Amino acid sequence: MFVFLVRRIVGSIPVIFGVALVVFVLFNIVGGDPALQMVGKHATAQQIADIRREYGLDQPLFVQFFNYLKEILTFEFGRSYATRQKISDMILNGIGPSLSLAVPAFLVTTVLAVSIGLVVSYFRGKLIDRATVLLCVVGISIPSLGYILFGQYILAYKMNLFPISGFDYSWSGRIEYLVLPAIVWILLSVGYDVRFYRTALLEETSQDYVRTARAKGLSEPRIFFKHVLKNSMVPIVTNVILEIPLLILGAFLLESFFGIPGIGSITIDAIHNSDLPVIKAMATMTSLLYIFGNIMTDVVYTLVDPRVKLK
Amino acid sequence: MSSIHSAVSPLAPTQPVEIKGKSLWDHAWIRLKRDRMAIICFSIIVFYATVALLAKMGLIATPWSDVVGASYQAPSSGDMRLWLGTDIFGRSVFYKVIHGTRIAMSVGLVTAVIAVPVGVVFGAVAGYFGGWIDEVIVWFYTTLSSIPNIMLLLAIAYSLGKGITAIYISLIATSWIGMARIMRGEFIKHKNREYVIAADSLGASNFSKIFKHILPNVSHFIILNFSIQFISAIKAEVILSFLGLGVQGEPSWGVMIDDAKLELARGVWWQLAGATTAMFFVVLAFNILGDSLRDALDPKIK
Repeated sequence: MFVFLVRRIVGSIPVIFGVALVVFVLFNIVGGDPALQMVGKHATAQQIADIRREYGLDQPLFVQFFNYLKEILTFEFGRSYATRQKISDMILNGIGPSLSLAVPAFLVTTVLAVSIGLVVSYFRGKLIDRATVLLCVVGISIPSLGYILFGQYILAYKMNLFPISGFDYSWSGRIEYLVLPAIVWILLSVGYDVRFYRTALLEETSQDYVRTARAKGLSEPRIFFKHVLKNSMVPIVTNVILEIPLLILGAFLLESFFGIPGIGSITIDAIHNSDLPVIKAMATMTSLLYIFGNIMTDVVYTLVDPRVKLK
Repeated sequence: MSSIHSAVSPLAPTQPVEIKGKSLWDHAWIRLKRDRMAIICFSIIVFYATVALLAKMGLIATPWSDVVGASYQAPSSGDMRLWLGTDIFGRSVFYKVIHGTRIAMSVGLVTAVIAVPVGVVFGAVAGYFGGWIDEVIVWFYTTLSSIPNIMLLLAIAYSLGKGITAIYISLIATSWIGMARIMRGEFIKHKNREYVIAADSLGASNFSKIFKHILPNVSHFIILNFSIQFISAIKAEVILSFLGLGVQGEPSWGVMIDDAKLELARGVWWQLAGATTAMFFVVLAFNILGDSLRDALDPKIK
């Protein structure tokens, strides 16, 4: 297991290097002079020179790239241009609020979606199945911004059930502020998940062993809940694990709308403020988290599925 | 009939009977024609495309920037321009929705038309040749897909500056990857099949093996991916424009939704409703059509 882990981490170095290269090229070369982007049009030559010096933009490109790699390795991204906070602190502070929305919402969505998927794939082809399939496709076709804005407008503004937006670091405060965004998150994602789990379960029911079980004369519930369910745990668990790395990202739009000071909000604020160092650090860090999340996924996957062996 | 009569003597040479086999596409077409939902959805998409085209040619809803009533006039029947009320400047929301349709459809079309072939070529080349070519291409798309999609979109759109071109480039840069992945997998599966080896023994070039022999056998993935890319491009454009990184000075659905977030508190819901409803129906049509296509093109069901 340890060897496997080390090998996967070493194997991801070219990808991490690639990510750094892409981000660097985008922000330091394609985007034009980063200093000019940050200070805006009405800056004096002195201001521009100061910024260049602070962010090391007066040095040759390969030195800048080298410094940027050093920033990644030491998790030291300097200070935000807009708020002067240390970026590494901003990221660490953002993870908590992001996760306190993402984790409960994700758990509820998954439990809900797997249960619905089970019911409808047991009654496949019947009215309840067809109605759910239709409902799901309608649900996933409604724009996410529509869910957020109308959810906020109707449930918080008109009906006064929840605060419109905001965040409180105490636990009771978190619950008060996070229920509505969590509901919107669940509505947004449950349709996709039900479709996925239903397909996975139905795929399993068309396997040969199901035909054998039927030929043996086993009852439908027994086939379904004993044989099919056990085998379809693999795609279900895989999907759940695959989504975990994405949780750290939070939900950009949800966070920004509901005033949750998570990773997503920080990024969107940085975009509005042209806060280049922050955008760059966010792009890098989320990618790194994503890559390591994927490695963990592989590890857990080998634990779940006996057919997959560690190589 | 002649072949039946001549069958009296089984060994007698029979006239060649032309048996027209049905291809995957013929079967798919037969199945799709029976699927009433798919036909309705296809018609909806054609309708959107027509509206977009007419708006592009300046035949309908021009000019959208004319003042047609008071600020924030509620929707009313009668004058077509007031069907969805007016925005803050008294412009017709209905006309803006139509121009939003034009932008959304062109973003979807341009992205899919460019990104899908790019993905096909990269995936095909990687899967077919293998070796270092494969490694480089796989490294490249793994790198790009390791950056969370929304982050990459934001980063590219941000660095290129605002505007529709930035949207096109960032969408194309992110959406070829899915197609390349699928194509690579399929080419690896197909490249050692007998028909390819047969073509090889007849002296077919690599180019002809890739594009003439293997590609037609995996082309149904392209159609499916096309409809997926179309939807995700429309959605991404709305989000980028909403964040202020997209279309400027034109009524894209995302810009309208961005305006609407401040209007809702005043009870002005029609701009948001107009943009989201318009988006809903085209995305729904693509989703259902995509599902029907997938079922129709599935070679396992006949």
